[in-house]
Amino acid sequence: MLRFILTKLLYLVPTMLGITLVAFGFIRLLPGDPVLLMAGERGVAPERYAQIAAQLGFDKPVWQQYLLYLNNLLHGDLGNSLVTKKPVLSEFLTLFPATVELGLCAIIIATAVGVPVGVIAAIKRGSWFDQISMTGALIGFSMPIFWWGLLLIIFFSGILQWTPVSGRISLMYFFPPVTGFMLIDSLISGQAGAFKSALSHLILPSVVLATIPLAVIARQTRSAMLEVMGEDYVRTARAKGLSPLRVIGVHALRNAMIPVITTIGLQIGVLLAGAILTETIFSWPGIGKWMIDSISRRDYPVVQSGLLLIAAIVMIVNLIVDLTYGLINPRIRHK
Amino acid sequence: MTDTTVKISDAAIRRRQIKEFWFYFSQNRGAVIGLVVFVLLVLTALFAPLLAPHDPTQQYRDALLAPPFWAEGGRAGFLLGTDAVGRDMLSRLIYGAQYSLFIGIVVVAIALIGGIFIGLIAGFYGGWVDNVIMRVMDVVLAFPSLLLALVLVAVLGPGLTNAMIAIAIVYQPHFARLTRAAVMGEKAREYVTAAKVAGASNLRLMFKTILPNCLAPLIVQATLSFSSAVLDSAALGFLGMGAQPPASEWGTMLAEAREFILRAWWVVTFPGLAILISVLAINLMGDGLRDALDPKLKRS
Repeated sequence: MLRFILTKLLYLVPTMLGITLVAFGFIRLLPGDPVLLMAGERGVAPERYAQIAAQLGFDKPVWQQYLLYLNNLLHGDLGNSLVTKKPVLSEFLTLFPATVELGLCAIIIATAVGVPVGVIAAIKRGSWFDQISMTGALIGFSMPIFWWGLLLIIFFSGILQWTPVSGRISLMYFFPPVTGFMLIDSLISGQAGAFKSALSHLILPSVVLATIPLAVIARQTRSAMLEVMGEDYVRTARAKGLSPLRVIGVHALRNAMIPVITTIGLQIGVLLAGAILTETIFSWPGIGKWMIDSISRRDYPVVQSGLLLIAAIVMIVNLIVDLTYGLINPRIRHK
Repeated sequence: MTDTTVKISDAAIRRRQIKEFWFYFSQNRGAVIGLVVFVLLVLTALFAPLLAPHDPTQQYRDALLAPPFWAEGGRAGFLLGTDAVGRDMLSRLIYGAQYSLFIGIVVVAIALIGGIFIGLIAGFYGGWVDNVIMRVMDVVLAFPSLLLALVLVAVLGPGLTNAMIAIAIVYQPHFARLTRAAVMGEKAREYVTAAKVAGASNLRLMFKTILPNCLAPLIVQATLSFSSAVLDSAALGFLGMGAQPPASEWGTMLAEAREFILRAWWVVTFPGLAILISVLAINLMGDGLRDALDPKLKRS
């Protein structure tokens, strides 16, 4: 197992380096002088220009600049935001829990609904449930989620007035962040109504973000279940007189879950991309909105490092998915 | 001596293949519905100037945010109402079809051609060439596609052309990977060896001998990418990085409509519905294509 993990880690190194190259090259590809872009200043005197260039390392050859950049990265220095002047990494760490909270809720909704729907659709293949749920899944899969979010706002916030339009919690409540997760922090604060407020802010964005993963998971579960139910071992289990629940729940589902878990893991990248849209619509203060705001404010150090951090996270999550896959499917590990 | 084997011309083989393809495709009811909707969409885009009741950029100052004709206060002149500056929604939606189809075609064409070329080289030559190319593709795939497209647009500058280029770059690794896998599978087959022994050049082997046998998965992927391209370009338009106002691109229309969501539901509902229906139709068609072209991928 250790060998398996180490090989996987080794494979990541070139991709990781490639990602740093992309982030490094990004600033240099932008139209305009990279020195001024990174410094966020315009029309500076030549002395000041030389000073900034030296400070940012732009006076050295490109390969030295890259090594310097890597060195800074390894020391946790991801530059400072031009707008807030704060280190990018600390901004990222402040905002990241909001995105994680949203993403986790979305993936929980998607799995909790998608897997049972897929299983039932497979068992009752061809039934009205199968047809309706799979049509629904195809619609969900084709959904422009930024529009879906607006529709939900019109209905639940506008017409029914059940949920707030934006933000993470009502301004009435204030408490210091402990975990960064609003649901947990609001509980710890002990303020009456805080948890309910946090939950009502979270529910619509989570549903919107869950839509596409939910559709993908339901479709994948259904086809995996159908495939497994045709296998000999399922027929054997049936033939030896096990109850249908046991056949489906233990023999079929456990094997069908292997590709489904991979699918769920691979949705993390989709979720992070979806978070850009969802967070923008609901003014959710997470990294998706942060990236969009930074792009439109030309806060390039943030865009550069945000890109790097998000890609790194997607890679790490994919690695974990890979490892879990090896863990639950010994055939992969011992190939 | 008479020759007993019946010689079938190439055209006849092709006709038979198309017939067989249509048989499997038409088995799938959803795919046929998707095809019909898609054809309607293409016709709408082609005949937009004839179909649209108004000029899509004409602003009727006396009819700002007029509701659809069936709602209270609606006017028969504006069937689906007007937007915040008095432009006819229906006409804008009809012209919007041109954008979506154009974007889909251009993005898929660039990604497909680039991906085939790169994938062929990687799969055909193998070794370090393959290794380098595939590692580069891995890097592109490590970024969430919309995010990478956004950053590329930030580099290139917002606008429709740049958005299409950015999306095509992001999609291209999928085609490269598929082509590579198919080429590696075909490369060892006997007909390729036969062509090689007969003295075919590498270029001929790649493009004339191997490529035609790798097309089925690529066609399916192209359809799926077409719908994703429509979605992603609308998303870029919505975020202000794609087609710029006053273009009647559906995503851009939604971005302009955002501030009126609680006052005028129609300016928000219709452009999104148009996106959803187009994407859904193309995805339905893609499912049917996959079933008809690739028996291995057939949905059980």
